[in-house]
Amino acid sequence: MVKLPIYMDNHATTPMDRRVVDAMMPYFCEKFGNAASRNHSFGWEAEEGVDKGRNQVAALINAKAKEIIFTSGATESDNLAIKGVVEFYKDKGNHVITCVTEHKAVLDSCKALERAGKASVTYLRVDKYGVLDPDEVRKAITDKTVLITVMYANNEIGTIHPIAEIGKIAKEKGIIFHCDATQGVGKVPVDVEACGIDLMSLSAHKIYGPKGVGALYVRAKAPRVRLTPIIDGGGHERGMRSGTLNVPGIVGLGAACEIASKEMAEETARVSDLRNKLQAGIFERLDEVYVNGHPTQRLPGNLNVSFAYVEGESLLMGISDIAVSSGSACTSATLEPSYVIRALGTEEELAHSSIRFGLGRFNTEEEVDYVADRVVKEVKRLREMSPLYEMAKEGIDLKSVEWRRD
Amino acid sequence: MAYSNKVIDHYSNPRNVGSFPKDDPNVGTGVVGAPECGDVMKLQLKISDDGVIEDARFKTFGCGSAIASSSYVTELVKGKRLEEAMAIKNSAIVKELNLPPVKIHCSVLAEDAIKAAIGDWQKRKAQTKNGTSRAAEG
Repeated sequence: MVKLPIYMDNHATTPMDRRVVDAMMPYFCEKFGNAASRNHSFGWEAEEGVDKGRNQVAALINAKAKEIIFTSGATESDNLAIKGVVEFYKDKGNHVITCVTEHKAVLDSCKALERAGKASVTYLRVDKYGVLDPDEVRKAITDKTVLITVMYANNEIGTIHPIAEIGKIAKEKGIIFHCDATQGVGKVPVDVEACGIDLMSLSAHKIYGPKGVGALYVRAKAPRVRLTPIIDGGGHERGMRSGTLNVPGIVGLGAACEIASKEMAEETARVSDLRNKLQAGIFERLDEVYVNGHPTQRLPGNLNVSFAYVEGESLLMGISDIAVSSGSACTSATLEPSYVIRALGTEEELAHSSIRFGLGRFNTEEEVDYVADRVVKEVKRLREMSPLYEMAKEGIDLKSVEWRRD
Repeated sequence: MAYSNKVIDHYSNPRNVGSFPKDDPNVGTGVVGAPECGDVMKLQLKISDDGVIEDARFKTFGCGSAIASSSYVTELVKGKRLEEAMAIKNSAIVKELNLPPVKIHCSVLAEDAIKAAIGDWQKRKAQTKNGTSRAAEG
């Protein structure tokens, strides 16, 4: 019998891997020192833990240890990268290129800079699979462009952008390239050299590590990337991020990265098999279901589906022993569905009908079977209750109906 | 966000789901909301010639609160005279189901659905009457 509730929302966060917890434990009560204490053993052993973590993170992404700046997480890393570059290079230009489907940490950092009059930002559109065309990036570049920021993989639909091609264009034009790789790191091979990435955000809690710790990769050579810090203080992390280091968190991030390095090939195969099984289990038994995102170029654990004629939040309510998330925003004050799904050109009603399944390291085949059964059953029940399904079955074209809005 | 027990009850065991034949002269049909807004309610009322709601059916595309609001409304209107049903305010639905502020629009939609269904019935009755009288003249 499958154990309930089932967690299948691994893009939101992941459970910690027990091995990561074990690695962190000594750094709370025994090796509790401040890594910046240079004159006693407590500081030295804390620093050792930090150094090890820095090496483990660097190894996962093909960087050098000194290029890793520890932060509180990917949101801070995104803020530091974007605001830090725009501020530092303000004499060179003020134009930023990004994409409409970026995470809010990137979009809102850009908007804050626009509001402050510090940057003008181009938000590029994506195709129906959520992929950004590198040619669009090339066309958007002006002589004032100082930063291109594009995510590695999307957090809602799992689509993986052609990052290496975008990195190549950035190199050609001598523009700094930031990549929010929060969802990609640890799930698919991410190589800052091969992709021409100059700045890269990542987070521990998306890869079975602890919450509250992340990193920003900052390229040291060709080019040496400079940043104006957003947090001032003791000059930690090469002056780019002051604040006493979160030693247990960093040790945990490092351990999580090392496990990901070692197990990625096996895990990618296993998780994508589970995802494919879930997809087949749903698609074979229901009509009018649609994948949001790219059919192949997507994260192994991601399955984002629109169930026509069924509102996403009501479906979530019906499968309340399964933790997934909805692109419907019926709970938000704006009542607007996911901006990511809408950016694909998906009809609004289908955007309201989307569910994101996020499979991960600890999901099992039994869970996938249970989830597919529950979802199919609940969608059928809700469709029997749906006036739209009834109209569609009667042959009424829903687009031709004049709806009565308030 | 946690749903109230009453919302969960109506969502899990919705009352009076289904449809009446649309061409039944005693049935008024109200369809309110729009798919792109994430809510569509269809409410059908079977109304006697002397203006009493004898039965009700609904189908709803929307969140749990929208389904619960329409389910509750079908119970609420049964046996009511038209003028009593017309006087139902969304606040009564909010109170019964303990809807949070972000879900008040669901109750507004349910109130609109009652008015739309009754309006449809009245329109059809008027047409039938005109049709009948014209036939008599002819």
